[in-house]
Amino acid sequence: MDKGKKETVLELSNVSFSYGENLVLDDATFKVERGDFAGMIGPNGAGKTTLVKLIFGLLALDRGSIRLFGTDVGKFKEWQRIGYVPQKATSFDQNFPATVFEVASMGRFPKAGLMRQLSREDYMAVEKALGVVGMLELRNSRIGDLSGGQQQRVFIARALAAEPELLILDEPTVGVDAEAQHSFYSLLRQLNRELGMTLLLISHDVGMVAKNVNKLVCVNIKVTFHDISKGINKADLSCAYPAGMELVPHHHDRAVK
Amino acid sequence: MIEILQYGFMQRAFIAGMLIALVCATIGVFLVLRRMALLGDGLAHISFGGIAAGMFFNVYPLVSALAFSVLGALGIQKLKQMKVYGDAAIAIFFSFGLAIGVVLVSLSHGFNADLFSYLFGSILAVSETDILLILGVGIATLAALLLFYKELFYASFDEESAQAAGIPVGRLNTMLIVLTAVAVVLSMRIVGILLVSSFIAIPASTALLMRRSFKQTIVIAAAIAIMSVIVGLVLAYYMDLAAGGAIVLVLVAVFSAALLHTKLHAR
Repeated sequence: MDKGKKETVLELSNVSFSYGENLVLDDATFKVERGDFAGMIGPNGAGKTTLVKLIFGLLALDRGSIRLFGTDVGKFKEWQRIGYVPQKATSFDQNFPATVFEVASMGRFPKAGLMRQLSREDYMAVEKALGVVGMLELRNSRIGDLSGGQQQRVFIARALAAEPELLILDEPTVGVDAEAQHSFYSLLRQLNRELGMTLLLISHDVGMVAKNVNKLVCVNIKVTFHDISKGINKADLSCAYPAGMELVPHHHDRAVK
Repeated sequence: MIEILQYGFMQRAFIAGMLIALVCATIGVFLVLRRMALLGDGLAHISFGGIAAGMFFNVYPLVSALAFSVLGALGIQKLKQMKVYGDAAIAIFFSFGLAIGVVLVSLSHGFNADLFSYLFGSILAVSETDILLILGVGIATLAALLLFYKELFYASFDEESAQAAGIPVGRLNTMLIVLTAVAVVLSMRIVGILLVSSFIAIPASTALLMRRSFKQTIVIAAAIAIMSVIVGLVLAYYMDLAAGGAIVLVLVAVFSAALLHTKLHAR
């Protein structure tokens, strides 16, 4: 990838949003470039999910602008370029009658278009995506019969099947055991490094995020932006927490300075 | 079996019954998974007002019932958008439609057996015109379900992600309940207003017990519904039973057998 001239995939400028009188986001400015593994951290209720809804145009901005691939969010139409793994993806109805393959194939629906059947090419993309996340062998299993970690891989495959250029994951490790979380992060690293996928990972798990990403967005009404590709310091993380709270580093590859 | 098909009214009952079974069972899978199984019942009661209005003003009752049912469906959707709870929105329109019906019946000092044929269904009363309407509208409804199958599937499974992927979830939801409104009116000739929701709720719930893929669930639900119509009509003919009731009892029997089978195999 040409390091000198990176394309800006997602850009927020002075974004503010309130629910009624309640200010949720104040003056958020940051950008994600092609090939980034960006992390967004902050405590629960800090406005992370609101930020995601704004990015997808599901809420209207009070102030500022959001640009996706250089196009203003209000005018953006190419949603298939952005993959989304929702918060609580695995809290769906566990009795829902759908196989792994059926769930992953949903990722191709927008590309195929309304009133159209999936094509051979679509099915191949679904198979490939299931292969990447290591779930191809379980393609005919019912989604509800899988473990939380396996289900999460299927939801990532669903997003990948659309062959997105940017993948946004909202709190994807909630309800997944520690071991599955570990292999989940190695899957994300693989997607980012080997397939060159641009990732935006939203999480309240500061430790795991800080350890894996090259850019960090801290959200706590105020939004701060940190390039941590060359190392990380306490100030990069403390932004997301109330003043005076101690950071306890644990299991880090990179020590907190 | 051959003898039974010699009669025009039985032929019409089989044709209409099987098409309705196919349409309602397919819609039913989507509705049951969205916890909206009783929407059909609500819309059927709203269309009772339409039947009564049709008789009162001398309009073809199935057409006025269609108008009431579809407008009721849109009204329910509108109330939900205005933050009235979904089940309460159904209850409001349900009572409204029924009240219109009751008032019109009292004004005309009672209608007659005709009204009862709509309440409880009557295969003897299915006319050539009814069949043409049921076939035309039924096939159009089925086509709409097939065309939007994958989007309805996605939105039923995970509305948030479907919306993020650019699928017009709001319009799809409106379409689904309008199709339900149509299917309900088509069904009332055979099973009657009071039993309409059986076609929507029972085949889908039975198919869901079998824990298959989504596509298989729809095929199984449709197969159960069609088979129950055939068995129910044959039983009704030979044992001189009310056809609607017979079909629904067959549906319940199949559901019970499937439930028992599931319980035994779960051990």
